Amino acid sequence: MTGTGVGASVKRKEDQRFITGKGQYTDDINLKDQTYAYFVRSPHAHATIKSINTKKAAAMPGVLGVFTGEHVKEDKIGGLICGWAITSKDGSGMKAGPHPILADGKVRYVGDHVAVVVAETKEQAKAAAALVDVKYAPLAHNVDAAKAMSTKAQVHDVAADNRVYNWSIGDEGNTAAAFKNAAHVTKLDIVNNRLIPNAMEPRAAIGSYDTGMEAYTLYTTSQNPHVARLVISAFHGLCPEHKLRVIAPDVGGGFGSKIFIYAEEVVCVWVSKRVGGRPVKWTAERTESFLADAHGRDHVTKAELATDSSGRITGLRVHTTASMGAYLSTFSSCVPTYLYATLLSGQYNIPNIYAEVDAVYTNTAPVDAYRGAGRPEATYVVERLVETAARELKMDPAEFRRKNFVTQFPHQTPVIMCYDAGDYDASLVKAQEMADVKGFAARKAASAKNGKLRGLGYSAYIEACGIAPSAAIGSLGAGVGLWESAEVRVNPVGSVEILTGSHSHGQGHETTFAQLVSDRLGVDFNNVSVVHGDTDKVQFGMGTYGSRSGAVGMHAISKALDKIEAKAKKVAAAVMEASTDDVEFKNGTFTVKGTDKKMAFGEVALAAYVAHKFNSAEIEPGLKESAFHDPANFVFPAGVHICEVEIDPDTGVTEIANYTCVDDFGNLINPMIVEGQVQGGIVQGIGQALAEGCVYDESSGQLLTGSYMDYRMPRAADVPSFNLGFTCTPCPTNPMGMKGCGEAGAIGSPPAVINAVTDALGIREIAMPATPQVVWNAVQGLKKAAE
Amino acid sequence: MPTVSMTVNGKAVKGEVEGRTLLVEFIREHLGLTGTHVGCDTSQCGACVVHVDGKAVKSCSTLAAACDGAAVTTIEGLAKDGKLHPMQESFREHHGLQCGFCTPGMIMSAVDLVKREGKKLDEDTIRHGLEGNICRCTGYQNIVKAVQAGAEKM
Amino acid sequence: MENFNYHRPSKVADAVKLMKKAKDGKYLAGGHTLVPTMKQGLATPTDIIDLSGLKNAGVKVGAKSVVIQAGTTHAAVAADKGVRKAIPGLAALAGGIGDPHVRHKGTIGGSLANNDPAADYPAACLALGATIHTNARKIPADKYFTGLFSTALKDDEIITAVEFPIPKKSGYAKFPNPASLYAMVGVYVVQDGKGAARVAVTGAGPGVFRQADMEVALSKSFKADALAGIAVKPRGLNSDIHGSAAYRAHLISVMARRALAAAK
Repeated sequence: MTGTGVGASVKRKEDQRFITGKGQYTDDINLKDQTYAYFVRSPHAHATIKSINTKKAAAMPGVLGVFTGEHVKEDKIGGLICGWAITSKDGSGMKAGPHPILADGKVRYVGDHVAVVVAETKEQAKAAAALVDVKYAPLAHNVDAAKAMSTKAQVHDVAADNRVYNWSIGDEGNTAAAFKNAAHVTKLDIVNNRLIPNAMEPRAAIGSYDTGMEAYTLYTTSQNPHVARLVISAFHGLCPEHKLRVIAPDVGGGFGSKIFIYAEEVVCVWVSKRVGGRPVKWTAERTESFLADAHGRDHVTKAELATDSSGRITGLRVHTTASMGAYLSTFSSCVPTYLYATLLSGQYNIPNIYAEVDAVYTNTAPVDAYRGAGRPEATYVVERLVETAARELKMDPAEFRRKNFVTQFPHQTPVIMCYDAGDYDASLVKAQEMADVKGFAARKAASAKNGKLRGLGYSAYIEACGIAPSAAIGSLGAGVGLWESAEVRVNPVGSVEILTGSHSHGQGHETTFAQLVSDRLGVDFNNVSVVHGDTDKVQFGMGTYGSRSGAVGMHAISKALDKIEAKAKKVAAAVMEASTDDVEFKNGTFTVKGTDKKMAFGEVALAAYVAHKFNSAEIEPGLKESAFHDPANFVFPAGVHICEVEIDPDTGVTEIANYTCVDDFGNLINPMIVEGQVQGGIVQGIGQALAEGCVYDESSGQLLTGSYMDYRMPRAADVPSFNLGFTCTPCPTNPMGMKGCGEAGAIGSPPAVINAVTDALGIREIAMPATPQVVWNAVQGLKKAAE
Repeated sequence: MPTVSMTVNGKAVKGEVEGRTLLVEFIREHLGLTGTHVGCDTSQCGACVVHVDGKAVKSCSTLAAACDGAAVTTIEGLAKDGKLHPMQESFREHHGLQCGFCTPGMIMSAVDLVKREGKKLDEDTIRHGLEGNICRCTGYQNIVKAVQAGAEKM
Repeated sequence: MENFNYHRPSKVADAVKLMKKAKDGKYLAGGHTLVPTMKQGLATPTDIIDLSGLKNAGVKVGAKSVVIQAGTTHAAVAADKGVRKAIPGLAALAGGIGDPHVRHKGTIGGSLANNDPAADYPAACLALGATIHTNARKIPADKYFTGLFSTALKDDEIITAVEFPIPKKSGYAKFPNPASLYAMVGVYVVQDGKGAARVAVTGAGPGVFRQADMEVALSKSFKADALAGIAVKPRGLNSDIHGSAAYRAHLISVMARRALAAAK
């Protein structure tokens, strides 16, 4: 499709500024009289703070103030919150320990924020921070989720066994019965490795206080500026919402890590008043990103799958221990529960599912949503189990999946979700063709001739995004509603501004949202612009995460457009002296049924604003409408990944030889952007499977992967180009018929890669990341076994 | 404090710097050219790549004082007379960017790669040629496409 | 980064004078290792003496040896036609250091003076039996590398050039650290004019070292098959999150075979 409408691969509007160096990221902004903050961070994994002496630091040149937890208490600034209350199996509430913005007597992970120095220059702030004298008394620590409930290192007073909650979903009794009656049971121990998000733009914030207006402004690297404002006002208690403006300018990637409200941004805006209203800027060094951005994943799971004698899945049972890190980050609690266990049915008809989750504190950075948030962990469990079961049953892994696919919709799973539409087999068939699965045996033989081991792995993922129906999540403990808002402003000349609560950090909203509006109103694509990321401009918004900006954000825009169209019809009817019922709108033109009367959209807009031709008592002048949209259901993207790897047994290096992915995202708004999202997601998933892993040293609690010298980011030469395809079952709950595409790549890929690696090696299990060392170890194990 | 003079994007500039002032700090903070980004502290990510005397370097690991007398080109200096450089155009055409943060460094590296390796670049050469630049958004596929097509038009 | 006095002398003698005068001086070459080290506060010199003003870059290829001036960048060595012809393995090694930006700034003198245990050049120097020329003397490679980040250089001594004897054949293969791209194991193999073999290993241990068993075997037959019976022992090798000592020991054999295959 060509043109600029829905379905066309329109080139992005936002690119002009990014390719010319004119993007405006938070660190690119410098305010008059700006000062700089530098944080003193804990060098210990767990310690009591005996004393903090700031005298020397405060006396350093350029220093305007050194602030600690004492000042936080003085100003009664509240602690960081977790916005989703999870109730344990026994009915008790989750054990949320205090999370002050600067430490209050204790530090709980390496990198924990202890004090802040504000100075005229960043060098001065950093030099003075080194002189803040903190006396620590180290305490026993634990960095391992699996040991959290048995360790002596208690992270918070409220949780004696470090357990935040013990939560369950599904029917335990029925599931136990299914296992009892099973013909075959497949069991796996699964670790979902801890990851560090690493958006390329490090977090940054500039807080300022206007002494004349008595109001604060915060520039910050946020995926959801309105949520930041709400939390900083309501929970940190800095000021009422109307006295705080939060601006998130261009944001250089987020992947979840910029959803959360962090201590640093709250501190910057808070201390600006303490330094006379001067702006206070903080930009993370990459090492700080490693230490103090919320991490992702970190699950330890025991999983089992029951099958009957015909190869049908009859039950799935899971126990997961999920590390929360040292504190509960903003949305952390919902990730290993409602975003995880509700997806354990995968694409399959599984009559009995039971999952139990222990969330635990460890002396590590907080863990929260990271691209996919819970769904990659669920998909990894299901797709590793299914693949392993098929191999054990000596069934073709694709046929085993096919046999168990959900084929009737809507389909109610035993774990809350109701799948609305899909054709899983269509994606599988297409992926198998594109991947030339039939030719695999020949390719494997060719690899073997070269001394290489070739393997093929499937992953049939489903995910639930477009988060989420507010009443439903409210009943499950969410502290917020997850609707989205939009305002469509038609200017008198017919150009359009869309104000949206979604906020792009690379997804291209300025383009896709304009495509929708351009299509609906028949307005030139170039005459549509998107306004986002500023609480003073946009009415409200819940932000961008969980692949919700299309399904929820655009749906809100669509609703506002409905209102625009209805209003414009009234205006057009008045001007053309016709009944509103007789006015039709198509391709940007209003016509009157049965006549040759017509008006262009721009003419109607002008007529609405000059208000000469209608009775203002009946029709209000102007053409501006807003809408809040609350989704009726999640949306359910699904698809099939097929990964083919070639392993060099001499070095343990795994090369991705072929990668095919077929997704059903319903209707695509901009295929070019969708493909870009999938490609990026797949590489993040390959990164998780083969390269990335956050490592804390068990004995010292130090982060060993604290820079790009030790944390392996996927680079261009690590991956090939991918074969992407699409199938389409339109989503029935939004008028665009679309499903979210932002996380699917990262959700579907890790099990496909690991299934391929285990296939190549002919083994059952291998840990992620399957680095060359890990694979080489496995190869040595095979050699020993063969001897 | 050392005084440095250099040509940045064809314009003679002069400034007082400290010994420790990095080239990227001079460019961003003294000259206000914020297209060059800082993504790490260990000279790995490549968001800060600029050309010094025609060669791509990491401006986060280069002292400003050491560039006295040098000719520096940043992303802001790539377009000529309001016309985008073919590599810039190609990144847009092939969706070689998402959040845009690594993009200036990627484009500067890509232009340098073409200077070294010529206009006909295969995928492998491009992927290895970009080993000093990290992108977290795109999965590199469209960057590779953009560089390949941009190279041919240079 | 802590501040320092910056100097850019144009003569070696001036550089040495400045270093003698400095309380805690450091020479700066390309800076892509030293500057990040200083940014992290791991080095806090009072004076930086930038050697780029010496303008001592260039390559001279003689009948028996190749002399590379200390200020020659990795990119220049990799691209130099004379080096590519005389010692192709050395040119290939230079072309694989770090990434393109690092190769534009990093110099052979800087690399050798720093002697990072994961740097590539030390392997070539040691295996080829290079001579390190300084402002004061000539140091044979076998005496130059003294351990982790340590060399035979005196504090104010400056490398001016490196002289490599032209071998009959040589080659290099490395297994890069997946994160940093530095050598996790790099092996340089050389067959000199008389057929004697030298093998140097970088990345695997606390400093570059020669592999005696392999040298004996390859001096008999400069072919991968000759390495068949040699098992490298893990003792003394590095062990970290990227690779155990046993894995590194194994990789030494694999990289040695690949270096032989690449040797020209």
